[in-house]
Amino acid sequence: MFDFTLPSLGADMDEGKLVEWKVKPGDAVCKGQVVAIVDTSKAAVDVEIWQDGVVHALLIEPGERIPVGTVMATLLDPGEKAPPKGGARAGKQAGERAPAVHGAAVAEGARLRISPAARKRAEVLGVDVARIEGTGPGGAVTLADIEAAAQPGVPKAAEAAPAVHAEADRNTEMRRAIAAAMSRSKREIPHYYLSETIPMARAQRWLSQANEGRPITERLLMAVVQLKAVAAALAQFPDMNGFFRDGRFEPVQAAHIGVAISLRQGGLIAPALHDVGSKPLDQLMRELADLVKRTRAGSLRSSEMSDPTITVTNLGEQGVEAVMGVIYPPQVALVGFGRIAPRPWVEVGALVAMPTVVASLAADHRVSDGHRGALFLAELRERLQRPEEL
Amino acid sequence: MGEKYPELRANVIAILRSIAPEVEADELRDDRPLRQQVDLDSMDWLNFLIGISEQLKVSIPEADYGRLVTLGNLLDYLRAKLS
Amino acid sequence: MRISYREAMRQALHDALASDPRVFLMGEDVGRYGGTYAVSKGFYDEFGPERIRDTPLSELGFVGAGIGAALGGMRPIVEVMTVNFSLLALDQIVNSAALLRHMSGGQVSVPLVIRMATGAGRQLAAQHSHSLENWYAHIPGIRVLAPATIADARGMLGPALADPDPVVIFEHAQLYNMEDDLRDEPNEDWACDIERAAIRRPGSQLSLITYGGSVPKALDAAAELARDGIDVEVVDLRVLRPLDTATISESVSRTHRAVIVDEGWRSGSLAAEVIARIVENCFYDLDAPPVRVCSEEVPIPYAKHMEDAALPQPARIVAAVREVLNV
Repeated sequence: MFDFTLPSLGADMDEGKLVEWKVKPGDAVCKGQVVAIVDTSKAAVDVEIWQDGVVHALLIEPGERIPVGTVMATLLDPGEKAPPKGGARAGKQAGERAPAVHGAAVAEGARLRISPAARKRAEVLGVDVARIEGTGPGGAVTLADIEAAAQPGVPKAAEAAPAVHAEADRNTEMRRAIAAAMSRSKREIPHYYLSETIPMARAQRWLSQANEGRPITERLLMAVVQLKAVAAALAQFPDMNGFFRDGRFEPVQAAHIGVAISLRQGGLIAPALHDVGSKPLDQLMRELADLVKRTRAGSLRSSEMSDPTITVTNLGEQGVEAVMGVIYPPQVALVGFGRIAPRPWVEVGALVAMPTVVASLAADHRVSDGHRGALFLAELRERLQRPEEL
Repeated sequence: MGEKYPELRANVIAILRSIAPEVEADELRDDRPLRQQVDLDSMDWLNFLIGISEQLKVSIPEADYGRLVTLGNLLDYLRAKLS
Repeated sequence: MRISYREAMRQALHDALASDPRVFLMGEDVGRYGGTYAVSKGFYDEFGPERIRDTPLSELGFVGAGIGAALGGMRPIVEVMTVNFSLLALDQIVNSAALLRHMSGGQVSVPLVIRMATGAGRQLAAQHSHSLENWYAHIPGIRVLAPATIADARGMLGPALADPDPVVIFEHAQLYNMEDDLRDEPNEDWACDIERAAIRRPGSQLSLITYGGSVPKALDAAAELARDGIDVEVVDLRVLRPLDTATISESVSRTHRAVIVDEGWRSGSLAAEVIARIVENCFYDLDAPPVRVCSEEVPIPYAKHMEDAALPQPARIVAAVREVLNV
């Protein structure tokens, strides 16, 4: 008889959630066969077994979250007889660590590298330290990592206990998370800022024509047009889209745009509208409406929290001319839109009243230079002149 | 200024409160721009109008948005559509 | 007024000699020659051979004489030319000066001030380049000071003379030519207490803790780091015994990180003691292991480039800070 334990499926994996068993007691399995699907913080992974045998007992239920090394199942060696029921080998408790199955890389006994201050802070904030990727010396988890991880929407180990205080706590925590992220941004990211006044007559005309025939539930907002235009421009400027981590820029192909959504009770969340570049406007509008609704209801998916590759903020609704934003680390750029309003404009030598918007870019100088940023804004301007192509 | 069409007003404000729960009916002035009194972005505004059109069964073309500045404007507009 | 560290020390000695007839200065070449580092220049003519006493080359003898004079009610200032030669007087300092209050059951005290130059960096080779402040900081019964600013050079001698027990003052030889502004009258600039460490540059991301000749190097490093947006606090220990643990702990608890710069050799260094106290007091506030920048564990070389390489330098301090911050 031997144990099948949860292997470490990567250096940063400390636990996983069983999604599904692919075998049942009595099944014969052979080396290399997929026996379970386990959800790590990154993906659902097919887990193989590394020894021939016969499944004796499955000890973990689908849905359980268990640390690496936990015995998930016991198996009989080929030809071995099953022990009598109620015998010595009852199931072990989840969480109990046991030697790894042969060949599986298990971080057995490896102690988490985390600074004492970070550990203390994590306790206060209720952050599960096992799930955090450290950015300190030697990959240690530091205070800043804890504070970044404590941002709203990211799953926390300990839920806030008393319901009465939950709202106030959430607001305080959100404030603290925003403070930590923005302080880190201003401390670490050398921002540069550019802005461009963009004529919006064509986009407005196109939008009102597009909305004319639509029932109210299917009408588009200019915000969606702007988001799509940003995604289209990003396709040509990958150095604005991605993450700066461990001293390197990691570009991301798809534009997962973090849409800054202010909450009625105060605070702000910028969850991802996924893959904006490849979706038609109608779909984006539906998804945006859903995203706003769920953000305000506090029911976001973790991917929406962790995926944004750039942020777009629109403060024009509140009537400001322009936004000079703070980049949300580890992103490398933020696009801001001000108010769309008629302003004096010279067109073909004549002064006209033109609806315009000031689009701004805050970008990370470690990754791109002002010249690239300027070209990006020019591209955004051009995209907004051809709304029909979006 | 007296309040117009109390029943219609109450319905409209109930819809508004589903979007902006902090709104107090007594504090809303009918003669001031609504979006100056309540923090509504364009998504909120759209959802507000969707709520009205679905519950009161009126269609509100986008071309008419410009006329709906105050709560009074909106109530007059809806009254005309409903009668 | 802009004055040098040397001049500040000279003024402090002059004040002491002029204001208290019990004070006298004794040591090798302090009189006719004016002091090896020219700190007592002109004193011989002004105060005479009774109060500015040239001594034979016997540290054991004249430090012992200073202890005797202190026991007899005088307020001697004994200048040992450098810490390197003070090893000859260790028995007097450690076995007599530091212990007589205890051994006499409190009947006598030794109000003695011993000044000595310390440190390397001037191509004086291995036998003249020691930084042994930590040896003295190990001994209960004496107070150890390391003035690193003009104000401290000017201000520390007075309270040291007022202390009823022995005080050892370390003057880093590389500081004598340093200049800074100092107002004429005693004031808050002088920071005259001999109790507390001082924050020489406030900062938020890391505490750079040091003393003596390494203070200017730490400040240079902090200035360079600031140009890259790294905000470092510089703590000058000032008093090496008793250590001001409260200031150290407060700073590190706030910044969560520490780099200790100490010209002494790494093993058994004062830096080690500082780190021990940080770990004892601030363990749960630390966000990274504390790091030391000390002298290489070799006899200090004579050749300039090798001597530079053996000592803590701003570039090494900057590198250590970046290592701790992982930036």
